[in-house]
Amino acid sequence: MTAYHRPRTLEQALALRAATGALPLAGGTDIHPLRTARAAWGETWREAILDLSAIPGLDGIAETAEGWRIGARTTWTAIAEAPLPPLFDGLRAAAREVGGRQVQNRGTIAGNLVTASPAGDGIPNLLALDARVELASSLGTRSLPVAAFVTGYRSTALAPGEIVTALHIPRCDGAHGRFVKLGARRYLVISIAMAAAVIRSEGGRIVAARIAMGACSPVAQRLPALEAALHGVALEDAARVPDPAHLVPLAPIADIRASADYRRDAALALLRDLLAGFAA
Amino acid sequence: MIALIVNGTRHDVAADPFAPLSDTLREGLGLTGTKEGCNAGDCGACTVLMDGAQVCACLVSTAQADGAAITTVEATDPLLEALRAAFLAHGAAQCGICTPGMLMAALDLLRRDAAPDRVAVEDALGGVLCRCTGYLQIIDAVLEAARGVATPAPGTGAVGAAIPRLDGAAKVAGTERYGADGAPADSLWLRIVRSPHASARFTLGDLDAARAAHGLVAILCARDVPGVNAFGIMPNLKDQPVFADGLVRHRGEAVLGLLGTRDAIAAVRDADLPITWDPLSPLIGIDAALAPDAPQLHAHAPGNVLVRGHLKRGDAEGALASSAACAEGRFATAFVEHAYIEPEAGHAAAGGLTIAACTQAPVMDQEETARVLGVAQDSVRIIPTGCGGGFGGKLDVSVQPLLAVAARVTNRPVRMTYSRTESMAASTKRHPARLQARMGADADGRFTAFTLEGDFDTGSYASWGATVANRVPVHACGPYRVPNVLARTRAVHTNAPPSGAFRGFGVPQAAIATEALVDDLAEALRLDRWAIRRRNAIGRGDTTPSGQVLHASAGLPECLDALKPEWDAALARVAAHNATQPRERLGAGIACMWYGCGNTAMSNPSTMRITLARDGTLTLFNGAVDIGQGSTTVIGQIAAEALGLPLAALRQVVGDTALTPDAGKTSASRQTFVSGRAAAEAAKALRARLLALANAGDGAALSLDGTRLTVRDAHTTRVIDLAALDADITAEARYDPPTVPLDADGQGVPYATYGFAAQVAIVRVDTVLAKVKVEEIIVAQDVGRAVNPLLIAGQIHGGVAQGLGLALMEEFIPGRTENLHDYLIPTAGDMPRIRIHLIEDPEPEGPFGAKGVGEPALVPTAPAILSAIRHATGVRITQVPVLPHRLHAALRA
Repeated sequence: MTAYHRPRTLEQALALRAATGALPLAGGTDIHPLRTARAAWGETWREAILDLSAIPGLDGIAETAEGWRIGARTTWTAIAEAPLPPLFDGLRAAAREVGGRQVQNRGTIAGNLVTASPAGDGIPNLLALDARVELASSLGTRSLPVAAFVTGYRSTALAPGEIVTALHIPRCDGAHGRFVKLGARRYLVISIAMAAAVIRSEGGRIVAARIAMGACSPVAQRLPALEAALHGVALEDAARVPDPAHLVPLAPIADIRASADYRRDAALALLRDLLAGFAA
Repeated sequence: MIALIVNGTRHDVAADPFAPLSDTLREGLGLTGTKEGCNAGDCGACTVLMDGAQVCACLVSTAQADGAAITTVEATDPLLEALRAAFLAHGAAQCGICTPGMLMAALDLLRRDAAPDRVAVEDALGGVLCRCTGYLQIIDAVLEAARGVATPAPGTGAVGAAIPRLDGAAKVAGTERYGADGAPADSLWLRIVRSPHASARFTLGDLDAARAAHGLVAILCARDVPGVNAFGIMPNLKDQPVFADGLVRHRGEAVLGLLGTRDAIAAVRDADLPITWDPLSPLIGIDAALAPDAPQLHAHAPGNVLVRGHLKRGDAEGALASSAACAEGRFATAFVEHAYIEPEAGHAAAGGLTIAACTQAPVMDQEETARVLGVAQDSVRIIPTGCGGGFGGKLDVSVQPLLAVAARVTNRPVRMTYSRTESMAASTKRHPARLQARMGADADGRFTAFTLEGDFDTGSYASWGATVANRVPVHACGPYRVPNVLARTRAVHTNAPPSGAFRGFGVPQAAIATEALVDDLAEALRLDRWAIRRRNAIGRGDTTPSGQVLHASAGLPECLDALKPEWDAALARVAAHNATQPRERLGAGIACMWYGCGNTAMSNPSTMRITLARDGTLTLFNGAVDIGQGSTTVIGQIAAEALGLPLAALRQVVGDTALTPDAGKTSASRQTFVSGRAAAEAAKALRARLLALANAGDGAALSLDGTRLTVRDAHTTRVIDLAALDADITAEARYDPPTVPLDADGQGVPYATYGFAAQVAIVRVDTVLAKVKVEEIIVAQDVGRAVNPLLIAGQIHGGVAQGLGLALMEEFIPGRTENLHDYLIPTAGDMPRIRIHLIEDPEPEGPFGAKGVGEPALVPTAPAILSAIRHATGVRITQVPVLPHRLHAALRA
C-alpha cells in the first residue's frame, strides 16, 4: 500500500515533504488518472502521497494591497463563482472549460500549474495575469513568476521539499481578461490550442496587453511581439494586428488532436478571435 | 479508519486512503450503484455528490472523503425521486450504466438551480458520457424534473404505445446488476497481463516461482486451458487464443492471468514477470498487410486476406462506360471503438461452469466457453448480467473463457473487470475501410451502375470480419435501383486489435462512399440532392442487386417524401444565412440507407417460450438479452398483445441459458423482428390453447385475476381455474427469417426484410477554425410498425450520436487513444436537435409489421453530415473523422 500522508497543518506538510519527498496531491484530478494509466500496463504506483486537502488556509481568494492571492487549493468552480473583477474574466472562462463540472469541483489552480501539461488551460491565463507562484518549504518561502516556474514539458521549478501555497495576481486596474479554447468536442476536451489575454485600454486604445498561447509549445508562451504591436491600437482594430511573425515563440507539434500546420493557423485565428472579443 | 457519511449514514471503513472513493463505495460498502467506467475522470459514470457538489468518485482519495457528506444514487431524496421518474418517462436510461452518474449530476444542478435552461443542463451533464441515448432524452428528463410536472405514463402496453422500458426501475434506482456488480465475496480476482507489443514472440520463464514470489494463487497461461485454446465467431474458424501461446498478434492480447487477492494481483509489476519478449515488425494498415513480402499472420489467410465478398449483377463496367455521368472516389475510415461505458466484467462460480457476465450473445458464449473448457455445451451456464452498452462489442467473448479457465483450474469463484484501457486495447473495433467506388447515371439522373473495391482492416483475428465482408456488397450501392453492380470486398488481417461487429457491420463505412458519389452525380447533372435520391429510391416491387424483389415494407420513398418540406426549408435557411456570413457557413446534407435485418443469408432462428402457470403467473422465457436497446420491453409488448392479456400480467425471465430457449444474439437489428416474431407466435399458440380450453372463438377476450382466467366471447363467459389444471400451460415457437443463400455472384435472398431511412443534416462550419457543429438532424425511418415509439426515438438519437462521432471525432489508434480523453465520443454539448418522422410500411414477416431499428439509425448520419459540410464549404470529404485539422487542410487544398 502506498504511503499516504494527510497532514492537518502546513508545517506538518512541509516537514513530511522534506522528509519523504512525497508527491503533493490536491484535487487528485491528475494523479488518480496517472495511477490508472500506469496500472493498465502493469505498472504499480510506488510514490508516497502528500494529500494537502486537510490543511486550512490553502484555498480561497483574498484581495491584498498588491492584488489578489489565490490559495493553491482553490478549485476551478470557486474561481468561476468568485466575485472577481473583469481582469479575471479569462481565468474564469477557463475555469468553466476545464474537464467537466466534476473536475472543476475538484481540480485546483495550483494542481493545473504543477502538472505543467502543455494543454493546461490555467497556465496561459496565469501568464497573461502576470501571476507569481508562492512556494513554501520548511526553510521558508519564495516566489517565482509563472514563466520561470514552468520549465518545460510537464516539468517545473518546484524544488524538493517545496509545496505551492498560492498564486499572486498583481492589480491591473481597468484591465479585462479573455480566454478562448479550441477542442474537438464541447466538454471534457483537451485543448488543441488556447489563447488568453489581459488588456488594459484607455479611451478605446490599448495601453497594456499581455497575451499567452497554450498547447502550441511545450510550455505556454507569452507573445511579446504581439503585445508590443498592440500598443496604442484601437480595441476595434486589435483583431487585425496578429500576424504569423508574432507566433515565433511557438513550436506547434502534430499529435492525435491536430497537425502542426493546423495548430499554427488556428493559433493565429484564435488570437484574432480573442482580440475581437475585447471590442465587443 | 475513515468515516464516510453516505446518504446520511456514517460508515467507519478501513480503506486504503489512496483508494478511489468509487472503489471504497463499491467494494468496501457494497454500494454498487456508483459505476466505474474509466477510473480517470473521463466518463463521469462514478459521479456522486460530495458535500453537495458533483465529483468523480474515482478522482477522490478515500481519505479526502473523511467526514464529508456523500450522496450516491442509492439516496432517498424527493428531488432524486422526481429525476428517477422523469428519466423513466423520457427513456433517459437505456443500458443504464451512466444513469447513476447522470442522476447525480442532475441532482447537483437542480439543487443549485431550480429552473435551469437547456444550456445549464448541458453544462451540468457535460462531464458524464453516455453512449446509448444521444443525451437528448436525458436533458429533456432533467428539464421536466425541474418543472415538476410528471409526464403521465401511457396506460397500456399495447403495441404502438410509447411506454417506459419495463426494466427501467432498477436502472434509475442504481440496483441493476452489471458485470462488475454482485460477484461472491470470496471470489479470487483475475488480472490479465497483456502484450505491450503489436507483434512479438515470447517465452515464459518459471511461472511457479513467480507465483510464489508474488503471493498469488495461480498464474495462468496457454497450457492451463483445459480444452481448446481458441475461440471465434465463425463456426469453422476458431483462431483467437484465450491466452497467446508464444506469439502475440496485437497489442493488448492476453498472455498471462494473475489470480489471487485483489491486493496481490494489483501489486505485481508486469515487468517483474518472467516473460521474455522478442518484438517483431508489426503489420500496421492494409497496405502493409497486402505487400508481397508481408509475413502471413495466419495459415487460414493466404496473403493476409481472411475472406472476400463478391456481388455481381449485370455489366457494371459496360454500363459505366455508356453513362451520361460518372462519379468516382476513394474513401477511408478509421478504427472506431464501441466505448460502451461499462468495461467487460463478470464472475464465474467455482469450477468455471457458470459464468455471469455482460454479453450480447449468451448461447454463443456458452458454446465458446464449453470448447475452451473441453466440456459439453449444455454443461456451461451463462447468466447475462445487466449489459452496460454493447453495440456489437460484446458479441465476442471477452472475460467469459478467462473466468471459466481460472475458476476451473482453482475450483474457486473468480471475478474480473477490465480496465478501460484494457477494454479499448483488447476488444474488437469497427473495421477501418478503404473504399474505391464508382457510380454512373443517365442524363435523367437514373443510376446505371455501381462498383466498389473495398478493403477492411480486420485486425489480428477473424471475429466478424467475414460478416462485414459479406454484408457490405449486398448494401454497397445504397437503397437505390441500380441495375448493374459489381462489389468486391476483402477483410485483411493486420496486427491491430481484431475488428469485429459494430452497429452496421461495415454498412456505415460503405454509405460514406456511396452517398458522396450520389452527391457527385447530382452535382454533375445539376440535380437537387434530394431529387436524385427520390428518383432512384428503391421501393416496393423493385429488385435489389442481390436479385431479391422487395415485396413489402420498403418505405424509402415515403421517408424521402416526409423529408421534402424539411429539405426545402433547410436549403432556404442555408442560402439566407450564407448570403451574409462568410465565416460561419451553414450547410444542408442528405443521405439514405437500407439495412437487412438479421444474419446475411444464413439461418438465425429465435425460440421463445411462454407459460401460464397453475399459480396464475404468466412468464415469457425470453432469451434475447436487452443491452439497453429495449428488447425486453418491445418483445413483452408484442407477446402480451398477441396473447391478449395486459402487459402488466407478463413477467419475464431473460437470457439465462439454463432457463430460456436460444433467441440468438442481440445483433443485426434482429431481436424485434426475429425474436419478436417468435414471441408473437408463442403467445398466439398459448392463446389458442387457452381458447381451446374454454371452447371459445378466436375473438374471445382474456382476463387474468390470480388463478382465475376468464375467457369471454360474444356468446359466453368461461372461467378457468388454473390451480385446478393438471399442468402449467406452455407454448413455444421458433422463427427463422426466410432467406436464400447467396450464389457465387451474391445473388439470392440475403435478408427477409430491410430497414430504410433518410436523414437531413444541417451543420455550421467555422471556416476559419475548420470546426463543425451539427445543428440539426431530421430523420425519416421506415420501422415497419413502431412497437414503442419512445424506445425507437432513443435508438435513433443514439444512432445519430454514434454517426456524428464516426463523422467528426472518433479515431482509435492502438497505443495512442486507449482512454476516453484521447478517444473522443460526443458529449451532451455536441448533439444536434433531432426530429423524427416515423414511417410505418408494415413488414408481413414481422410481428405486427415491425422490423429492426437499431443499426439503421446510425448508417445515414455520417454521410448526411459530410454532405452538409460539402454544401457549406465545397469540400468533398474522403476521410473520416473530419477532425478540425483535416477539414482545415481540405479547405486550403
